[in-house]
Amino acid sequence: MPDLIIASVMTMMTAATPLMFAATGELVCERSGVLNLGVEGMMLIGAVFGFATAAVTGNAPLGLLMAGVAGLLASLIFAALTLSLLSNQVATGLALTIFGTGLSALVGFDYVGETIERITAIHLPVLSDLPVVGRLLFGHDPLVYLSLGLLAGVTWFLSHSRWGMILRAVGDSDVSAHAIGYPVVLIRYAAVAFGGMMAGLGGGYLSLVYTPLWAENMAAGRGWIALALVVFANWRPERVLFGAILFGGITILQLNAQAAGVGIPAAFMSMLPYIATIVVLVLISRDAIKIRLNAPACLGRPFRAER
Amino acid sequence: MKYLVKLVVVTFAAVLSLGAISTASADKLKVGFIYIGPPGDHGWTYAHDQGRLTVEDQLGDRVETTFVEGVPEGPDAERAIAKLAETGHKLIFTTSFGYMEPTLKVAKRFPDVKFEHATGYKQADNVATYSARFYEGRYVQGQIAAKISKSGIIGYIASFPIPEVVRGINAFMLGAQSINSDMKVKVVWAYTWFDPPKEADAAKVLMDQGADIITQHTDSTAAIQAAADRGIKAFGQASDMIHFAPKTQLTAIIDEWGPYYVARTQAVLDGTWTSGDTWHGMGPGMVVMAPFTNMPESVRQMAIETTAALTSGKLHAFTGPIYNQAGELVVEAGEVAPDFPMLATMNFYVQGVDDKLPE
Repeated sequence: MPDLIIASVMTMMTAATPLMFAATGELVCERSGVLNLGVEGMMLIGAVFGFATAAVTGNAPLGLLMAGVAGLLASLIFAALTLSLLSNQVATGLALTIFGTGLSALVGFDYVGETIERITAIHLPVLSDLPVVGRLLFGHDPLVYLSLGLLAGVTWFLSHSRWGMILRAVGDSDVSAHAIGYPVVLIRYAAVAFGGMMAGLGGGYLSLVYTPLWAENMAAGRGWIALALVVFANWRPERVLFGAILFGGITILQLNAQAAGVGIPAAFMSMLPYIATIVVLVLISRDAIKIRLNAPACLGRPFRAER
Repeated sequence: MKYLVKLVVVTFAAVLSLGAISTASADKLKVGFIYIGPPGDHGWTYAHDQGRLTVEDQLGDRVETTFVEGVPEGPDAERAIAKLAETGHKLIFTTSFGYMEPTLKVAKRFPDVKFEHATGYKQADNVATYSARFYEGRYVQGQIAAKISKSGIIGYIASFPIPEVVRGINAFMLGAQSINSDMKVKVVWAYTWFDPPKEADAAKVLMDQGADIITQHTDSTAAIQAAADRGIKAFGQASDMIHFAPKTQLTAIIDEWGPYYVARTQAVLDGTWTSGDTWHGMGPGMVVMAPFTNMPESVRQMAIETTAALTSGKLHAFTGPIYNQAGELVVEAGEVAPDFPMLATMNFYVQGVDDKLPE
């Protein structure tokens, strides 16, 4: 039984990692006041370009890098449209998702059925072999640690650094930040780009580590879950960690329950992760005041420089 | 000037649209294929595409083929099938169970187009159904698994609770039980035919729960690759997946659609096509096993013998006595389960399967 628990936790962490990447990136983006609904599209673009690079060069880490770059470039399209041309953020974000889904299918057409050398889990000489703690702490693949590290970095950045504070100021009152003299549009560009890179990394994780395959639409809605997670987390990074592990956990748990022969109908179990997300979101949204206190006040509103 | 521009644009558009109206080639028969996934899945759809290529190979001078891939089962399917029918295709293969109703609907609208629906059970004057007795391959797999598994637990990634999938699980179980009556099969329902991350997840979960052999009824190579990562042996599905798991694939059930597709296309060319149901197995060569690899020689010999017996008809996978999960005898000793209704609409597990069949 303990073996099963450890194994399940390991699998849960890998299931949570793409969500953590995407949600962390989207968190930064939203804290600066920009609502980017194109996460799913950016994840798919990251997945396909990452996989294509790895398939062509044989170098999976390079593929991962390209995944991040591809996601970043895709998000810049969104940024240009919404920040410079002042298009509606919701509509543009949705358009980015549709665009990303289609572009990735087109680019990925030639790579369906190819396989690559995936990035494998690390193995530290003594530490990984410790009885229980060994695998749980030191046996994951490098990207799990990267996602946790980035999340910790973002947490610190937002609460303890000067530029993090400026970012939050831009998200809460862009007009005031502009009056003080901060480059609002530039900061938002940077935040969107970071969000795009993270979403690309999340997608790259799916196609380079999770399964060493490309398949059309392989994100299967994880981008949308990541978006929900940011709201679920009340825009706080530490809660993103909890939410991602919860969703990843339930996904794996329902498969485990099926395999173990627990009597609940399988169709219901399949729905469970999504229902859990909805339930949590509803519970969180009960307190409208709390939401308003925590949400970036300028979320989704275009910024026009007065002077 | 403006008037001139408008004139040019309108003429251009008119010419383009005229060209786009499909003129049925006077000579070549147009055959269409609707796929549920991409040919690159190296599984189910790949096998159908190989069948299509065989048709082009053998009848290419009189036939031209088209395929539409990744068509979801649902309203979109009807649109895709109708599009093929509207553009002059006279024979259309719809290669997934969930295309049943859409195919029948479109068939009503186009009585002079012939439809072939894979793995379905409803026919019409212009709709034939065909399937392969994949379950024969599952029986062989079950025997191999029973011989090789050390933990006695098999992991089975199932897709949707339709008769074809249930038959597969049951045949697998019966094959395994013929060697070791205590074999356990753990079933996970993925509710998808093709979702690599989910298939990989399901494989990992089953291995975490002690399965040391993985088999699947989903279409991608993700599960066998996830198993290969941990050194766990697995069975490929619908196509030979040895390329993806060179050290761990035991065998795969390969669907050979080519001969059937060629025969049906020839029938349309000759004007002798009639509706009906075709359900071939190893005997007529529609189900073929990939080379038996990564197993001891004795197991390989057993697998070859069983395959030969199934092919010649000496052995039938569903030979009684067969008990259902409730312990009732559903097939008498020495008898063979009838095709209709039992096999075609199979909705019960045989004894020993550790799962509750979803509705």
